This record gives sequence, C-alpha cells and structure tokens, in this order.
Amino acid sequence: MKLGKLLDKVLLAISRRPNSIDVISSFTAVIFGLLFGFIVMLIINPGAAPQGLATIIFGPFQRGMRGIGDTIFYAVPIIFTGLSVAFAFRTGLFNIGAAGQMFIGSFVAVYIGINWGFLGPFHWPVAVLGAMLAGGVWGAIPGLLKAFRNVHEVVSSIMLNYVAVHLVSILIRSQIYDSARGRAYSVESTSHMPTWFLSDIFPRSSINIGFFLAILAVIIVHIVLNRTAFGYELKSVGFNRDAARYAGMNEKRNIILSFTIAGLLSGIAGALVYLRPGISMATAEVPPEAGFTGIAIALLGLSAPVGVLVAGLFYGLIDRGGYFAQSLFREEIVSIIIAVIIYFSALSLFTKHLIAKFIRRRVKRDVELQESKGEIK
Amino acid sequence: MEHAIEMLNITKEFPGIKANDNVSLRVRKGEIHALLGENGAGKTTLMSILFGLYRADEGEIRLNGERVHIRNPNDANDYGIGMVHQHFKLVNRFTVAENIVLGAEDTRRGFLVYDKAIARIKELSEKYKLNIDPYARVRDISVGHQQRVEILKMLYRDAEILILDEPTASLTPQEIDELMGILQTLSDEGKSVVFITHKLEEIRRVADRVTILRDGEQVGTVEVAETSNEELAKMMVGREVVFRIDKTHAVGDQPVLEAENLRVYSHTFRKDVVRDVSFDVRAGEILVIAGIEGNGQSELIYGLVGLNPLTHGRIRLNGEDITNSSIRERSLHGISHIPEDRQRHGLILDFPLEYNMILQSYFQPPFQHRGFLQFDQIRNHTQRLIENFDVRSSSGPTSLARSLSGGNQQKAILAREIDRNNNLLIAVQPTRGLDVGAIESIHKHLIAERDDNKAVLIVSYDLNEVFTLADRILVIYEGQNVGILDPRETTESELGLYMSGSKRADAA
Repeated sequence: MKLGKLLDKVLLAISRRPNSIDVISSFTAVIFGLLFGFIVMLIINPGAAPQGLATIIFGPFQRGMRGIGDTIFYAVPIIFTGLSVAFAFRTGLFNIGAAGQMFIGSFVAVYIGINWGFLGPFHWPVAVLGAMLAGGVWGAIPGLLKAFRNVHEVVSSIMLNYVAVHLVSILIRSQIYDSARGRAYSVESTSHMPTWFLSDIFPRSSINIGFFLAILAVIIVHIVLNRTAFGYELKSVGFNRDAARYAGMNEKRNIILSFTIAGLLSGIAGALVYLRPGISMATAEVPPEAGFTGIAIALLGLSAPVGVLVAGLFYGLIDRGGYFAQSLFREEIVSIIIAVIIYFSALSLFTKHLIAKFIRRRVKRDVELQESKGEIK
Repeated sequence: MEHAIEMLNITKEFPGIKANDNVSLRVRKGEIHALLGENGAGKTTLMSILFGLYRADEGEIRLNGERVHIRNPNDANDYGIGMVHQHFKLVNRFTVAENIVLGAEDTRRGFLVYDKAIARIKELSEKYKLNIDPYARVRDISVGHQQRVEILKMLYRDAEILILDEPTASLTPQEIDELMGILQTLSDEGKSVVFITHKLEEIRRVADRVTILRDGEQVGTVEVAETSNEELAKMMVGREVVFRIDKTHAVGDQPVLEAENLRVYSHTFRKDVVRDVSFDVRAGEILVIAGIEGNGQSELIYGLVGLNPLTHGRIRLNGEDITNSSIRERSLHGISHIPEDRQRHGLILDFPLEYNMILQSYFQPPFQHRGFLQFDQIRNHTQRLIENFDVRSSSGPTSLARSLSGGNQQKAILAREIDRNNNLLIAVQPTRGLDVGAIESIHKHLIAERDDNKAVLIVSYDLNEVFTLADRILVIYEGQNVGILDPRETTESELGLYMSGSKRADAA
C-alpha cells in the first residue's frame, strides 16, 4: 500500500519532466537487453550463465583502473559514430554510412601518421584533422546525391560503405603497404594520441585523450542542435522540408551540411582507432563494425548527444566484459551475446512508448480516485 | 417515433479536457441530423464514440431502442453504422471496386472475384444516383467522387446509419450541391444521416434537426425550420456573431505587386497551369482571386512567392524586379504568405509554438545573436502574438503546434505573417475549415491590414468570403485571367458565370 503510493508519487514527478522519461526508458531498454543476453547464455550453457552475466557487467571493474580505462577507450569511437548517426537523425536523415566515413578517415589518419613525421608535435592533431575532413567529404556524397538527384540517403550511404572499404584497400596496397607483414606500416609514435595524465590514473590501459575529444564533441553537438540558429534551421528541415522551404531556408544546402557534419564525426572515430601503439591498418572486406554499432547507440541514446555518450560508455563496458567472458564462453558465442544485448537495448524508443502509456494510465487513475473522494466529502 | 440512435449522457475525458460532458444525441430514423459546433467543441469525439473508435467514460448508446456496446469499428459495422472521415481512407492506386470491397472481399477457391461486387456497386450507384465507375482508379477521380466512394463503401456494407465528418470541407460549390442531393436521397430511402459541420448554410439546406455542442457540452437540439441562422450561430459561439463585416470600399493607389504574363508549370499535370496571367495589387486594397478550386490558383501563388519556378513572365514588388529572387529574398522584401496548406507549409507541427513564430526570422536580431538563438526574446515575441491574436493553446509558447486546434493553428500563422514587416500580404483560403467565430476574427484582421495601407491578395473559393473582403475581384478560369470585376457592380450569379468559363471580359 505504502509502496504503491510512493510509486505513484515517483511516476507523477516523472510525468512532469519529459527528460526523465527518456532516461528511464533507456535504462529499461538496457535491462531488457541484458535479460535477453542472459537467456541466450542460459540456452547455451546454463551453469555458466550467472557468472557470465556478472562478468559481462562487472568484469571491467574487477580489473581495477585498467579495466575502466579500457572500457572508456573502446567506447570512444562508438560515441563518435553514435553522435554522427544521431546528428543526422535529428535533422531528418538516416546516416547508415558511418562505417565508410570512418574507414576513409582511418586511412587518411594512418597515411599522415606514417608519412608526415616531420610535423613533430603537430603530427597527431593534423592526422585527426585530416581524418575528420576526409570523413566529411565522404559524408557529403550521399548529401549531394539526395539534394540534387533525390537519391535516398539510406541506399547511397550503405553502398558507399563498400566503395570506401575497397577504395581504402586499394590505397593501402598502393601507398603504405608493408609487404613483409601483409598490412600497412605502423604509424610514427608522434602521431599517437597523447595520454596526458590519464596513463597515471589508468595504468597500463590504452586510454588516451580521445575521450576528451568525445566529451568536447558531445558538448558542441548539443549546443549546435539546441542553441544556435544553424541548428534550428537544420531541425526545421528535418521535421518538415516543405515548411522549411516555405520559410525560405535552403533545404538542399542543409541536407549537404548535415551529412558533411555527420561524416566529420565518423572520420574522427576512424582516426582514434589507429592513432595509437600496437596496431596497424589492414585491408578489409567488410566495413568496420563500429559504424553500425553507432546506429544502435544513437537509438539507445534517443538521438540526444548526452544520451549517446552514456550509451557509448555502456557499449564499452559490455564489449570489455564480453572479452573477459571469453574464459566462460567461446568467442563467437560472446559476440552473439553482446550483439543481442546491444540490439535489444536499442529498443529504447519502444520502452519509452510503453512507459509513457503506463504513467498516463496510473496518473489518470489517481486523479479520478482523488476526484471521487472529493465528491464523497 | 422510434429513434435510430440514442446516445445518452455521454461523457468522455482526455487528459486535461472534457471532450464530451453529459451529451445526449437522439436521431430519428430517416432523418438528416446535423452536429454543429466550433472547432474543438467535441463533435468528432462524439461521433468517434458512436463509431467505436473511442469508448465513452459514462453514458450509454441505444440503437432502435436497444442498448448496445460498441467496442471497435467492426462492432459499429455489424450494427450498420458507417463513417466517412474528414480525410478519406482510400488506397489511391486501387480501383473504386477494390477500395469498396477492401476488408469484405469475395473469394472463390482462394482467388478474389469481383463480378458480384461490381454488379452490386453499379446497382447501389444507380439507386442513390452516385454516378460511380467501379473500374476507375481512385487517384484519377475528383475529391467529390472519392467522397462518394466512401459513401458507397458504407452502403455496400449495408449501413443504416451514416456519419459524415465535415463532408463539405474540401468540396467545390458544385460538388457540395451534388452531395446535398445525395444526402437527401439517402434519407428518402430511410437511412439515418448524421453530419458534422460548422457551416450554417448547409444545415439550412438539408438537415431536419440540429444538435449544437459548445466546449464539449450540449447547448441544445432544435428543428432547423424553426430557427434562424443568427440563433444557431449564437448557440454555437455563445455570443452574437456578425455575418457580414461592415467594410468601406477602398480604392488602392500605388501598385505594390505587378505580375506580367505569368506562366507556371505544374509537375502533377505536366503542363503550364497558369497561362499568361497579368494583374497588380495596390496598396490599401484587397484583391481577391476567385475561381473554382484547381484552376491554377495554388500554382499562381507558388509562382509569386517562389515555391514554384515561373516558365515565363515578370514579377515586380514595389517597382523592383523579383522574378528571379529566392523565397527568402522575397520574404525579406516584404511578402507575407499565409499558405493554403497550413500543416504542410505553414507550421512545423513537432516544434513548439514559439519556434513556429520565428520560422522566417530566426536568423535576424533580436532572435539571433552571434549565431545563438535568444530564447527570452523568442518567448516574449510569442507571448505578445498570442495575446494580440487570441491564439489559444494548452501551455502557451511551449505547446506543440500539433496540439493546437485548426483554427488556432491558422490564427498563429496569421499572427506571424501579419506581424512581420510586410507590404504585401498573400492569404490562400485563410478561413478554410474554420468556424464562424474564427472566420469573423480573421476577416477583421485582414481588413485591418488593408486599412494600414498594405496590399492584400487573397485566394478564396467561397463566394461569401469573396464578397465580404474584395475591393476588386480577379477571376481565374483554366489558368487564365477571365476578368477583373468590381464587387459593387456584380452579383454572385454573374461571378459564377465567369468562374465556370461561360463568360469572360474582353478587356482581360
């Protein structure tokens, strides 16, 4: 009885603050995701399932600061691709091309990282900037096609992912190929992302200042979308192209700009994957997974920049946890479990709908209850 | 006399509002019963309850004296209730016959068969004088005929009770005449008809009785023959309504807009639908473009504001050539535009009201400073417009545009366009679908703009409105200017002749 009253009070408070519904529905979606992941584990190996779930969620924390640092490190590229997808989505566009934009960005970053050592302390910033611009150019293509030829951006951006993969493979072979190792040369250490004080806080972790770049990007995207005249115009075009045109906005320019900005963000993701020690770029047959995970993260974060940040960190956690869970399940099985968790989590729009409905019913019943009591008096 | 429908003490509440408060509606068998009320008075809600789309919180429904529970539209269908919604629910690519049988298809060994259905459609079409070709594709027939397909769909399902939600909203005057005839035939055949409207003229023409709703409450049910339009309007709005606004005739002097030999191409029809139209609009006058809908008026306006390119011609605004200017340049030069389709062009429905009030001026001070939106200024601006133009909404500047009623959406657009620094105000069908109270207020605002020495250009399909507002009338027929008339020297029937192409002025 008391518990019910408390619940009602909480629900009433929630219903007055729409943002809190967003937060709650995203978390509910995550719980659903974990539940389904757990069911998959139960089916495969019931005995190891509870421990598996615990490892996936808490594994990184059990490894101390190193585990947490790595969690953040693996989250960063996903935060960028998630932001890329979310930004386009807020302006009414589906960017399925984050993977291709990212891969083009990777190539340019690696190319600069190998060849432009003369830049010294400016080496890594230039490499990141180059990747960003390359991603932007690649992103602009579906924008141009949509604006001038009315080609649907989903089709063109998906296909451009494969164009990017094969184009980059050709470029790696012809420009920066180390035939002895069968992959690209390693980048110069001057192009590695600095770690600053992070390496002291998270010893032996891969974390670097890419995380600060991600937070900066989240803040900038949030401000552009919600506070500026430019963001207002982009959102207008996204919500209602006809009304935007009526109001004198140049909807073609806005579509191209929006896709370019989405590409810039993905391009940075591409740079951050390779500008570090212990990795070198290889030719590929399929677009990088992070590009598609970005879609799920954007959905889980309900296309809000801060939501994407949190969702991306959650992905980093699950991804690292899954790595540790490989002691309990085979690698492929872990991949399936992680995929199940992430993709079910992306149902947060659906849970938002459910929760809003539940609250409406509950609050309405309360109001009626109070009214009927008032009548008795 | 037995009642075909009795809806007794119906109450229906939505979060925040009582849409129906203890409303009772009794419809006799074979009667045409009008449901009258302003936008948002609860007419559609009441009919949606009868059709099973909503369930009443309180009250009961009886059909032919028997209590029934209508839980969904299928139940309604089983009880012989059919409804034509304001926006038709037809599949454009399907034929008339395919649309009519949809959901009740005949099959033979798993294959669709149409012969029986088509015979039946033809028979019904003849009996009720609907004149419908079952083989025509819905996308190829006029709006008026599409509506008849909807009516036929109900008859095909043996409906005895027909509900029509604002059936005349998108019809031309001729189509309205024909619809009225069809309703009469239906009632002669013993069908009970309920139609929702806020047009008093239509009620007078066909309805036997009328039930009036205001703010969700029932004001009364009266015999149409025993009441006057003035009384009905008063019951509907709750105060005296002026039907004809007293307006002095004005003669404009300085031409503000000059259009020369305009031709505008339509992608839909793949031809020029505006052909060599020339006219001017002068400061301090209202020029009304009259004509039957679909004679190129929409395209003419799109050409003037820049939404459609011109294939030929020249436009001058205050003496300056704007033929090749962008939409934004024209708007900054002083064109305000109240668009024909307020939801498609006029508003961004998912934006709050305050964002909609800066749709053309978001980049100008004081709304923008160093690239950032100035939310305080935007809020104050919206608050001021809401007060001056009496725009009603649930939560003021932050209410979503979608949540406003049609009349208030229109008032919001009107407020925005009038408030902008303009010298030419273009309004296309400014009062379409609005109730008399809102129409009165919008007409007053338009005339006030004229008296402020603005040039006002209006497109209207409603003859009443043409004569209420016009200082000069430009008649368009098949994309051509067939005459410029003085409203003091012409009659509705003469205007009708021009509109239907049977007469044209040589001077044009």
